[in-house]
Formats: sequence, C-alpha cells, structure tokens
Amino acid sequence: MTTRVDPGFMKKVKGLGDQNMEMCFNCSKCTAICPMDTNLLPRSLFRYALLGMTDKIKAEQESIYSCLLCKLCEESCPRGVKIADNVRLLRSYLNRDVFNI
Amino acid sequence: MAQIKEVTKILVDNLKLRGSVLPISQEAATKWAKDLNLPKGGDTILYTGNMYQIIPYINKLVKTLELFEGTFFMNFTVFGRMANRFVNVSKFMGGPNKEEVKTFNNTLTNMAKLLQKSGSKFGYLYEDDLYAGALTYDLGADDVTLAQAKKVYENLKKHGVKRVITVDPHTTHMLREVYPKILPEFDIVVKSYIEVLAKRGLNPLNNKGGEVAIHDSCVYARHENVVGEPRELLSKAGVNVKEPFESKKITFCCGGPAESLFPSKALEVGKKRMAQLCKECDHVTVMCPICNANLKRSATNGTKITDFADYISEFYLEN
Repeated sequence: MTTRVDPGFMKKVKGLGDQNMEMCFNCSKCTAICPMDTNLLPRSLFRYALLGMTDKIKAEQESIYSCLLCKLCEESCPRGVKIADNVRLLRSYLNRDVFNI
Repeated sequence: MAQIKEVTKILVDNLKLRGSVLPISQEAATKWAKDLNLPKGGDTILYTGNMYQIIPYINKLVKTLELFEGTFFMNFTVFGRMANRFVNVSKFMGGPNKEEVKTFNNTLTNMAKLLQKSGSKFGYLYEDDLYAGALTYDLGADDVTLAQAKKVYENLKKHGVKRVITVDPHTTHMLREVYPKILPEFDIVVKSYIEVLAKRGLNPLNNKGGEVAIHDSCVYARHENVVGEPRELLSKAGVNVKEPFESKKITFCCGGPAESLFPSKALEVGKKRMAQLCKECDHVTVMCPICNANLKRSATNGTKITDFADYISEFYLEN
C-alpha cells in the first residue's frame, strides 16, 4: 500500500491560523475524556497533518467535524495543545482546499 | 459523508446571501423587545446576535436532518444546496414550534428586565442586531465569518456603540475573543448579561430558595471564564445549587455543537449529560440556547430545563 504525503501541507495549515499540533506527545489523555467517544484520536489526526498525509485527513472528515470544540480535552492536556483550535484549522483546510467553500 | 460539505455550504450561503445561517424575518427577530421601549443604539446595547431567536428554526432543521440522517436521501442534499442559492430552502421545513418561539422570546425579555432592574442603561439595534457568525466560525468557514465580522463591526460603529451586553455564550465568545483576533481594529467592550448582573450587585426581591442543578456551557466556562457569576446570583436568592459530576471548568458538553451535522451523535452526548444532571436534581438550569435545545431533546424522564434568565427572574423580578 502506498501512502502519499504532501510536504507542504503544514505550511498551508499554518497559513490559515495559529496552531500547535507539534506540541502533542501522543499521551491520549484527550481521547480518554472526549464526550464524543470518537473513533479517531486527536493525536492521530495531528500526526497525519504533521506528516502531510492529506488522504488520511480527507478520509477522516467525519471525525474532524464531529469534534464539539468543547475544550474538555484541553483542561487535562499536559502539553497545552490547543486541540479545538487545531481541529478547527483542519476544517478550514477542508473547506478551502477540498470542498471549495 | 456528503452532508458535511452540503450542509456547511447551505449554512455559509445563507449567511452570505441572507445575513444569517438560518434566516428569520425581522419581525420574528425583534418581537421580544416589542413592549420594552428600548432606544435604538447608544453607547451600550443589548446584543442578541439572534441566537435565541433562531433556535426554534434550528430545532426544525435538526428534526428534518434526523429523518434523513444515514439514509439514501442524504445523497440528494447537493440539490438542496444548489436550490438554496436561489431560494431559502429552510422555509420548506415548515414553521417553528410556536411555544418554543414564545419561550425563547420571553427569555430575552427577562434578560432585558433583569438588566434594567440592575440599573443598567442600554439600547437595542432591532433589525441591525446581526448574527455574529458563531456556527460558520466553528465549521471553519473563515472567509464568510470574517466578512460577517466586518459587517457587524461597521454596524456597531454606525450606531455609536462602545459597549455590548451579550445574551449567550457563543456570541460573547465571537465578539470578545474571535473578533479581536480576526479584526484587530475591533475595540468594543463585551460582557455577558450574567457578568453585568453580578458586577452590578443585583439583589433579589425574595430569597424563597429552591434547588436546581446547574449546567455550565463549555463556552462560558472554558472559553470565557464565566463560572462564579451565575452561582453568585443563585446563592443570593437562597437557591441550593447542585453541581453535577463534571461541572465548572470541567463541565461536560451538551452535545449541541454537533447537531447541525450529526443529530444522532448530538443526542447521544446530550443523554450522557442529562444522566449526570438528573442524578442531582429534576430541575436543570442552562445558560445557552444551544444547550437548552439539545438537553431538552435528550431529556427522557420529565426533567425540567429552564434558561438561567427565566429561573432567576422568579427571585429577582416582580411577577
């Protein structure tokens, strides 16, 4: 199986607003308390983004738009990741580059 | 998954073409203020952003989406989106529940009366009280949100507004946190009516007390730090405030933010939250119209859900 990566992906996302996805160190505290019981973890989403795996990002639209942006996860994040803002930026990317909105 | 793109596009087009994600008539938007004789504009205004007024229409949309969610018919939302560019398709969902409209209008009237009783002097923008763009911002539709923010700001300036009193957490967050980020020249002072009432030291007419479970809105508690003020107002009136398992800064979301795209997921989260609240009391007070709508949808055992303004009016206003 081939995985395509877009090395310029994070540059595009950074152009849409402030983000700090690289602060995430994969501890999964956010997932443990997420009210949505989402199948996909924010940490996985951020890894896909940091690696420029745009196909994965596109395939995970439902997880990206299911986030309530409630920031409960941020209350316990040991790294101060702005999880909701980061997820919202991925929506901005999808709107602009995929949906053409 | 077609509905993510199509529903987002419908909401964005509505804001671009009709000034709100769910357009309502001027009469429906301003009816709550009819008997209050509020001056138009002024230094300080009460700003609704039409959030309370559009909830009965959002409820109607959610009911429609619930019917089609996960079915073959969702593949046809693309036609709805195309038609929506020419005609407001939300009109075809039928009118809102009249009782809901009355309840939400009454809540806004109570907020204005509470503020008047606290000695606050304020005006209202009537037909110029514009939607602030909370939903399009959350959906990541940045261009249309920025255009709306510019429109709202120009409008506030046109009416000489320096201070805004907001009625719901989402509009508070947009005007207080998001606008200054996306519109650096934004210089309006923003406070929610709950903060104003607490700061002005409003005193109750009676402290007959009662018992209520409090549901903090995520946006008020975590984004805007409005946590102590509602409790202060309730305690002053002798109310025994029951805190659910997850409360204050770690409040558990009502699920409402998901309802425009995933009504069944929103309902699931709402039920989890209602279970926490019901354990404490059979009467729940909420500070956000979105929490109000989604928790009411999720309530199954006759638990009463009352907006904070309506609840405290029993103690702070004459009947």
